[in-house]
Amino acid sequence: MNKEWPLWEVFVRARNGLAHKHAGSVHAADARMAIEAARDTYTRRMEGVSLWLVPSASIVASDPGEAGSLFEPAADKVYRHPTFYSIPENIKNI
Amino acid sequence: MKPLVEYALRLGDDGLVLGQQLSEWCGHSPMLEIDLALANIGLDLIGQSSHFLKLAGDTEGEGRDADVLAFHRDVLDFRNALLVEQPNGDFAQTIARQFLFSNWQELLMRELMRSHDATLSAIAGKAVKEVVYHARFANEWMVRLGDGTEESRNRIIAGLEWMWRFVDELFAVDATVEELIVRGVAVDPRLLRAEWDARIAQALAEATLEAPKPRRAASGGRSGHHSEHLGHLLTEMQFLPRAYPGVAW
Amino acid sequence: MYTTELSDKNKKPSAAAMANEDPVRLAAFEARVAADNFIEPKDWMPEAYRKTLIRQISQHAHSEIVGMLPEGNWITRAPSLRRKAVLLAKVQDEGGHGLYLYAAAETLGTSRDEMIEALHSGRAKYSTIFNYPTLTWADIGAIGWLVDGAAIMNQVPLQRTSYGPYARAMVRICKEESFHQRQGYEITMTLAAGSPEQKRMAQDALDRWWWPSLMMFGPPDDNSPNSAQSIRWRIKRETNDQLRQRFVDVTVPQAEAIGLRVPDPALKWNEARESYDFGEIDWEEFYAVVRGEGPVAKERMNARVKAWADGAWVREAALAHAAKRNGRLAAE
Ligand SMILES: [Fe+2]
Ligand SMILES: [Fe+2]
Repeated sequence: MNKEWPLWEVFVRARNGLAHKHAGSVHAADARMAIEAARDTYTRRMEGVSLWLVPSASIVASDPGEAGSLFEPAADKVYRHPTFYSIPENIKNI
Repeated sequence: MKPLVEYALRLGDDGLVLGQQLSEWCGHSPMLEIDLALANIGLDLIGQSSHFLKLAGDTEGEGRDADVLAFHRDVLDFRNALLVEQPNGDFAQTIARQFLFSNWQELLMRELMRSHDATLSAIAGKAVKEVVYHARFANEWMVRLGDGTEESRNRIIAGLEWMWRFVDELFAVDATVEELIVRGVAVDPRLLRAEWDARIAQALAEATLEAPKPRRAASGGRSGHHSEHLGHLLTEMQFLPRAYPGVAW
Repeated sequence: MYTTELSDKNKKPSAAAMANEDPVRLAAFEARVAADNFIEPKDWMPEAYRKTLIRQISQHAHSEIVGMLPEGNWITRAPSLRRKAVLLAKVQDEGGHGLYLYAAAETLGTSRDEMIEALHSGRAKYSTIFNYPTLTWADIGAIGWLVDGAAIMNQVPLQRTSYGPYARAMVRICKEESFHQRQGYEITMTLAAGSPEQKRMAQDALDRWWWPSLMMFGPPDDNSPNSAQSIRWRIKRETNDQLRQRFVDVTVPQAEAIGLRVPDPALKWNEARESYDFGEIDWEEFYAVVRGEGPVAKERMNARVKAWADGAWVREAALAHAAKRNGRLAAE
């Protein structure tokens, strides 16, 4: 048998109130090892209070080739943003 | 020697000798991730050791700081348990040693937090969080190696078989400790044994391993009678401060 | 440097490799990079860019890993508890850097095992600096001060390199590097202010590490065939000679401040350039070390190969256990 330990993506929550953020990857044979490797690698300087580990193979990513059709149609929907609407200065609390 | 000095030296020397040995893996372990893990455990132990040795030096009151104690005592004055001076061997030996030691140390630190000595209790309070992780790491590796391949199983059995004879020393009590136990300063390790046995049994069961047969226990570390390994370890560790005494580094 | 072209001294940047690329995509790619946009793993990229990056990032990773050895040589002999903890943490950091970088390279479609295989078989290079021995404790000071110092100089601009995962790894690495150089300088400073034996140790270390440190920046610009393309691709952001000059300019005053002498009789402040002029580097030695003739090249590689081979049964056991456990879970 000559197989590599699977790759895991590491997400770190820096402190409560913040979302987990991608920090990097580790190799680990199982989930508990992945948590420990992530802890030993990515939180040595108090970078986090919580970890998510996701097998890299399980990540579903959008295709950059489709970025145009996926994301650009949002560009002209300016009416989704509050600044699209003009309200007279004297109207408050809106 | 004051009993507290003796006790702090024992705790400090355990950490120092084991930390020194774990540091040897850095750059040479089976996987980069394991290099980082063992270095973290080593750093925790060296940190704990510095605190215990400082306490020993302060209590002694003869101007010896943690570095003097670490680098200018010979084997007869080292007080670590024989278990921690057993060589790294292969990864299985290292894990077997850590497994037996960290489970003991976790229970010990938990109790030591209640010590009437404020410094001991403070050091233990910080250390216990570190040690819980060491035990978790070692327990999981016991299971992986015990219930892994035939080779890993044979190796971990051999490791356990060797290290097992040094367990009883961890739970032994002599007059020094007895006195500190009475004063509520030291932990009575005899009271930890049942829980330790249960934890070990549980991890071994999960690892599909059996505890080695009882054998004649080896001891002597607490009174300065060590294995031959310690002399070499100290030779290497103490070389610079001994070759150039009295200078700052 | 950790990342200079070490293997292709005589190879011209191949225009042929680029000729097979779709010209429209290639033009769009070049424009994006020129505008300082980042390229991310799944984005289209020219094969030559991918290959160059894999080579550079893995070489950088190997340098971190092999770089653990010369300093690791002194962890068990560090002269105080504080120095021992600092050095262990520092060497551990280097392991972490290797890990981040291998992961960055893995996003380009190679695997860590493949990269390690390339290192062990001698196909992949690593920085020449780590093929010099650490003879005394002062070498630990010199490495932190000079080698990490030179590395930082090279790595800071790489935080803006065009490949996203590489740039992000470099941001993390640069954050961690800042203590490395300071601890090295602190060691050297302490020795330089110490006993005559300690001073001698410090000077001797500077004497031995100075020139190899300057060589870390790689061959002179006129002999660095892939530099232009790498700079255009933002894989490299400054030339070897620019970085080397900056290193000399900042390091010489640091040596003088603690009473050490830089071992270069030609070293002289040039008022007009506002820079130091310095002596000729022994490039013959540099290329010999690149070829694998460094004083401890063999020992370094043997140590890596041994660690990897000795650990094979551990890696295997962990996988076997995971498979058993997954099997049991599935059966439940
Ligand atoms: Fe580094
Ligand atoms: Fe560094």
